[in-house]
Amino acid sequence: MTYIAKPKIDLPGQRSNKLGLLRRDYEGVLSTLCAGCGHDSITAAIVEAFWELSIPPEKVIKLSGIGCSSKTPAYFLSGAHGFNSVHGRMPSVATGALAGNRDLICIGVSGDGDSLSIGFGQFGHAVRRNINMLYIIENNGVYGLTKGQFSASADKGSRAKKGEINQWKNIDSVSTAISMGGSFVARSFSGDRDQLVTLIKAGVMHPGCAVIDVVSPCVTFNNHPGSTKSYTYTRHHYHQASQTDFVPPASEITASYAAGESKVVELHDGSKLILKKADSGYNPTNRSGVLRYLEQQRTRGEVVTGLLFINALLPEMHRIYGTANTPMKDLDFDKLNPGGKALAKLQGLMR
Amino acid sequence: MSENRVNDFVLKIGTVNGTGSASANGLLMKALFRMGIPVTGKNMFPSNIQGLPTWYEVRANHNGYMSRSGRVDVMVAMNAQTYKQDMDEVSTGGFLVYDSTWPRERELSRKDITVLGVPLAKLCNEQFSDARVRILMKNIAYVGVLAALLDIDHSVLQTLLEETFASKPRLVDSNLQAIDLGFHYAKENFVCPLPVRAETMGDNSKHILIDGNSAAGLGCVYAGATVGAWYPITPSTSLMDGFKRYCKMFRVDENSREKNYCIVQAEDELAAAGIVLGANWVGARAFTPTSGPGISLMSEFIGFAYYAEIPSVFFDVQRVGPSTGMPTRTQQCDIMLCAYASHGDTRHPVLLPANPKECFEMAVSAFDLTERLQTPVFVLSDLDIGMNDWMIPELEWDDNYRPDRGKVLNVDEIEGLEKFYRYLDSDGDGIAARTVPGEHPKGAYFVRGSGHNKLGAYTEKSEEYKEVVDRLLVKWETARALVPEPVLKPAQKHTGIGIIAYGSSDGAVLEALDQLEASGVYANYMRVLAFPFNGEVKGFIGDHETVFVVEQNRDAQLRSLLILETNTDAAKLIPILHYDGMPIPSSCVVEGLFAHLRPEAVA
Ligand SMILES: Cc1ncc(C[n+]2csc(CCOP(=O)(O)OP(=O)(O)O)c2C)c(N)n1
Ligand code: SF4
Ligand SMILES: [Mg+2]
Repeated sequence: MTYIAKPKIDLPGQRSNKLGLLRRDYEGVLSTLCAGCGHDSITAAIVEAFWELSIPPEKVIKLSGIGCSSKTPAYFLSGAHGFNSVHGRMPSVATGALAGNRDLICIGVSGDGDSLSIGFGQFGHAVRRNINMLYIIENNGVYGLTKGQFSASADKGSRAKKGEINQWKNIDSVSTAISMGGSFVARSFSGDRDQLVTLIKAGVMHPGCAVIDVVSPCVTFNNHPGSTKSYTYTRHHYHQASQTDFVPPASEITASYAAGESKVVELHDGSKLILKKADSGYNPTNRSGVLRYLEQQRTRGEVVTGLLFINALLPEMHRIYGTANTPMKDLDFDKLNPGGKALAKLQGLMR
Repeated sequence: MSENRVNDFVLKIGTVNGTGSASANGLLMKALFRMGIPVTGKNMFPSNIQGLPTWYEVRANHNGYMSRSGRVDVMVAMNAQTYKQDMDEVSTGGFLVYDSTWPRERELSRKDITVLGVPLAKLCNEQFSDARVRILMKNIAYVGVLAALLDIDHSVLQTLLEETFASKPRLVDSNLQAIDLGFHYAKENFVCPLPVRAETMGDNSKHILIDGNSAAGLGCVYAGATVGAWYPITPSTSLMDGFKRYCKMFRVDENSREKNYCIVQAEDELAAAGIVLGANWVGARAFTPTSGPGISLMSEFIGFAYYAEIPSVFFDVQRVGPSTGMPTRTQQCDIMLCAYASHGDTRHPVLLPANPKECFEMAVSAFDLTERLQTPVFVLSDLDIGMNDWMIPELEWDDNYRPDRGKVLNVDEIEGLEKFYRYLDSDGDGIAARTVPGEHPKGAYFVRGSGHNKLGAYTEKSEEYKEVVDRLLVKWETARALVPEPVLKPAQKHTGIGIIAYGSSDGAVLEALDQLEASGVYANYMRVLAFPFNGEVKGFIGDHETVFVVEQNRDAQLRSLLILETNTDAAKLIPILHYDGMPIPSSCVVEGLFAHLRPEAVA
């Protein structure tokens, strides 16, 4: 397999964003995933969201673990620095990168195997530290890259391509992230581009760890009857718990929302999320209520989507640590090094 | 019966851990130090928090010998449980002090030593009312007994207490009372001082007392490290404690209280390694301290960093393995592990400090090397260096020092490039220029552990893969030229015998050399300071008929590395091994040499 450079063609009538960049400036090399793979749709949504937000690509770092899903950072934002790490350990590299430079905009792409099997621990701790990143799990219920074994997100009773029935209860990234103290937890579907683009934008702007689990069918190994991660199954059981609108900073809220049926969450930079409750009574800021709701829907076999939980006030890692606002990597050496006199004085206490 | 041992003795104190004996022992060490006597203090502690026997061994030696000597001249046996064991350990002609508040079994006695009973508990119970204070003061009281027996300057003790408790003068009084209880009891009941004793000697004002982990943590501060990631493990924990302590002193902004450092206690060592890679990748100096089990867990990332060429500093403070082994005992058992850590063809520079001074200095050079070479660099210390108290010459700092950040392109340089290729070596040293994220869109590249070509693109083409890993060998030769050279201590006379050692085995070898010389055996001594070995190491082996390789592990790992890396005649390299978990004594080196040399002498 090699990377195929994508010809960058200017299409007439293409719009540019606030930075004067075109959509294609947010693309990467040509994908080598299977035709129809859900992961490619997520890549397209990421391109769209970052373009719409007018984020300078060089301010972005894109990280991943190992898997088909983890290959995708090569397919978007070629102007961003990429880090394809080791299997299941992307979150720690992201933690270190943000520890070293808190100003970077960080997107991590992972798979269900990468985050819920081998990397379950690191996933949990990234959420718990609330590091300031967008964490996307491209969830297909299998290990695509090693040819279709069940992953930890496979539902009990789901059937593999060769007929085997999964015997284990799934690990659900959404309820796990919420109970780990997550500050932004959403689920979406690679086939619902509008919802996904909005959630990605909201996740990027959220000042903490924004987890989006995206059901992303593996057309080669897990898209047959009997699978609970196929396009057909997901479309049939698709259920929006809430619908989100993203309103950038200093923009007017133009649409009108029925009172009592919507909730406005303001983010640190002044942008707003408007959550319209598709299910009446759904409150995405009430943790125990959300967990109860998710459990109910799970037993019904529903794929619940939308921004399911948010706490925009939870401090991210650096605010807890009290780290300097200047990124660590930019601190002057003179500020870091106490100098010879201080060393002599310090040693006075060692005699 | 007892010989005079002035400023040449070993004092060993057996107590129960968790009773506050550490401050009493520290007080003794410092008092001897202030009297100008060279001292070292070694902890022999259990892997336990409270209630088990623990020992502290102070060696005072006018020659400045730092290793364990293997003898005990004065034993303080505060722990009834280990009374027999402690008594057995006293060298002939030595002294044993015990708490005679409760009688000890009569059958436990030795004719060749002097046993001195002091009713420490009783004295303290009469003087102090609070139960906890009584226990603490019992320990301070034996300091008083030893002050009388060993002729330790009383005024030095008083000054030390005043300094320690400057903010709590009441504690000075109670501590002094406890010292006097012991002091007067000893003066009244025994002939003081003993033939084993201290005497004010030279001037230690250009020296300090410090442990290697504190020194290494301080080195990280001075190197400008900003990100530290770790998962607690003995004996490396105090390295991060040290870094944090000095960061709190030097890295907190006076006005804003902002921290100019970021310490992440990771969920495990895999994560700690990932954090170090991530932080270095974005251009911060980052490190992790750990011990052998941690290096095992970090190995996948270490190989990644080697192949993707990410700077990263790993401190391995060695302890006894394999597995959990004896976590509070010392060994030099990870040199092989660190030298070749990870799967595939990997090899890493390893720095080998022998004392806290070198821990400080090598911590600084590790960051320069890792950024210059863009490869993981190890600092291999051990429990003996890291957790014990060493007397070392004062640390020095050159204010003109500037960190060597290696080949990092700045914004203007990137701007001037037509196109940036991450793995293109333009000057033949095997090192390609890197960029850091967040600065320039033209500098963007993809870090990956999968096959990549010299332009940084993914590849599965054989030739392209080989081109990159072959360049890493060129870089390895650059590393060989950059790591510190070995130190040579030539013998007074021409000899065909050589000794090679590293790290904490140094003290034992140095002392052994003097002893050997006294019996007419001469040896040239080379201490290796780093892996890869440079040319002089190979030359040294070539120049001698027999080379003894002294190290603290069962499998002669340094010897194996020497054979592998210098292509040497293995029969020439005679292992001298010590691996019981206690720091190597000089006697081990002397005996090891004679065991090999004597049969020849006989023939
Ligand atoms: C340490 C280690 N063990 C095993 C593998 C093999 N491996 C590569 S990808 C993968 C599973 C990926 O599954 P997932 O994260 O769900 O990604 P997908 O391919 O389904 O998108 C495995 C087991 C590996 N690369 N590293
Ligand atoms: S194997 Fe499955 S997950 Fe991998 S690229 Fe193909 S469809 Fe996508
Ligand atoms: Mg998967």
